[in-house]
Amino acid sequence: MLEHIELFFKSIFIDNMVFATFLGMCSYLAVSKKVSTAVGLGAAVIFVLAVTVPINWLLDQYILRDGALAWLGPEYAEYDLSFLSFILFIATIATMVQLVEIVVEKFSPSLYNSLGIFLPLIAVNCAILGGSLFMQSRDIQTLGLAFNYGISSGIGWFLAILAIAAIREKIRYSNVPPPLRGLGITFIITGLMAIGFMSFGGMLTGGDEEEGVASPTTESAQTLEENENNQPVAMIDAEIANEKEN
Amino acid sequence: MAILSKKDQRLILDPLADDNPITIQVLGICSALAITAQLKASIVMAVSVLFVLGVGNVVISLMRNIIPSKIRIIVQLIVVATLVIVVDQTLKAFAYELSKELSVFVGLIITNCIIMGRFEAFALGNGPYRSFLDGIGNALGYGVILIAVGFFRELLGSGTLLGFKVLGDPIEKTGLYAFGYENNGFMLLSPMALIVVGLIIWVQRSKNPALVEEN
Repeated sequence: MLEHIELFFKSIFIDNMVFATFLGMCSYLAVSKKVSTAVGLGAAVIFVLAVTVPINWLLDQYILRDGALAWLGPEYAEYDLSFLSFILFIATIATMVQLVEIVVEKFSPSLYNSLGIFLPLIAVNCAILGGSLFMQSRDIQTLGLAFNYGISSGIGWFLAILAIAAIREKIRYSNVPPPLRGLGITFIITGLMAIGFMSFGGMLTGGDEEEGVASPTTESAQTLEENENNQPVAMIDAEIANEKEN
Repeated sequence: MAILSKKDQRLILDPLADDNPITIQVLGICSALAITAQLKASIVMAVSVLFVLGVGNVVISLMRNIIPSKIRIIVQLIVVATLVIVVDQTLKAFAYELSKELSVFVGLIITNCIIMGRFEAFALGNGPYRSFLDGIGNALGYGVILIAVGFFRELLGSGTLLGFKVLGDPIEKTGLYAFGYENNGFMLLSPMALIVVGLIIWVQRSKNPALVEEN
């Protein structure tokens, strides 16, 4: 139970798909002009991730990984098909997206119309394939955990796109330098949000590695300044190590 | 450039500046940001995309008349996935350390939107030769941004370029470090990639006001 809770919070906040690994940025930037469409796409991403990650976990466990074919008989135990994982994963994902498209069209035509081209493009959203590849490279142990990982990283992506859409709706009323308007300022805001999300890093270690650095969200703006001015070297190193590990 | 006609030249030159896939079309951003902490990784990524997009565009363009439009996305994905497997296995065989460093991001070339975007927008409607040029052009435009970001992040973040210490030695205090310069470790953290790209966009659009967006 504890590992489920840990994985859940870790994938939403610490390893947030958008802010920590930059997955799914294209649709994140393109669909975040209005909150309502952002919510629709976010929900679709949660659903597709929650379905595809466990399916791909099964594929990986019983067909792809080194020695996975042992259940067919001892003579197959030597096979390592892991080089095929890209193709099998993407095939699963494309099928599932097609399914979602049909369901959404049937039950919510207005959402279907507002998502437009971006619904089929979920298939090429790197967050979805990234979820499956991270599941594989991080060696997630059980089907339950894989499901948990899929759904919680989907929620993380949902939160990110919701936040940026809300900010972009407001920023329309502010006076941004013309060359930065639109894309430029969105990039920079996302960068600042990512710096804010880095302060979640100490959440699960209980602060023993990075004592005093992890701070509650309410102070994230303050931490940000601290980070820029006199960030302890140890923390930078820990962060880089973290990134590499991922 | 005399070998190429005017029209063909534009296919290659446009994406380098005014129609850049990353800063203008907003495609293929994920990988542009995630692996640019070092110049070397950026270059390898740019070359991989060049290969996948160049070859993929030709293959799709050759098949464009026989792909049923309903399943074209799946067909495109399979073509890309095959090419990416080739790249991935090559990297694993000849540059294992680097492939570890790039981790899942080589696989994520499959979902790099530039590739699908070019297939959809160009290769499905044009002949193989022009598609090839278009693929090369767009991959170069992508590579330019990637290498620029990688250059600044590695230079300012660790004072090196491709692993060579260009700013002097931070421990023995030679070169720039003798004057009290410190490496900006912040540049190595992932959020800075976003901000660097944001700044590149800023520079590009202030040079060419035609690109400025409405609010």
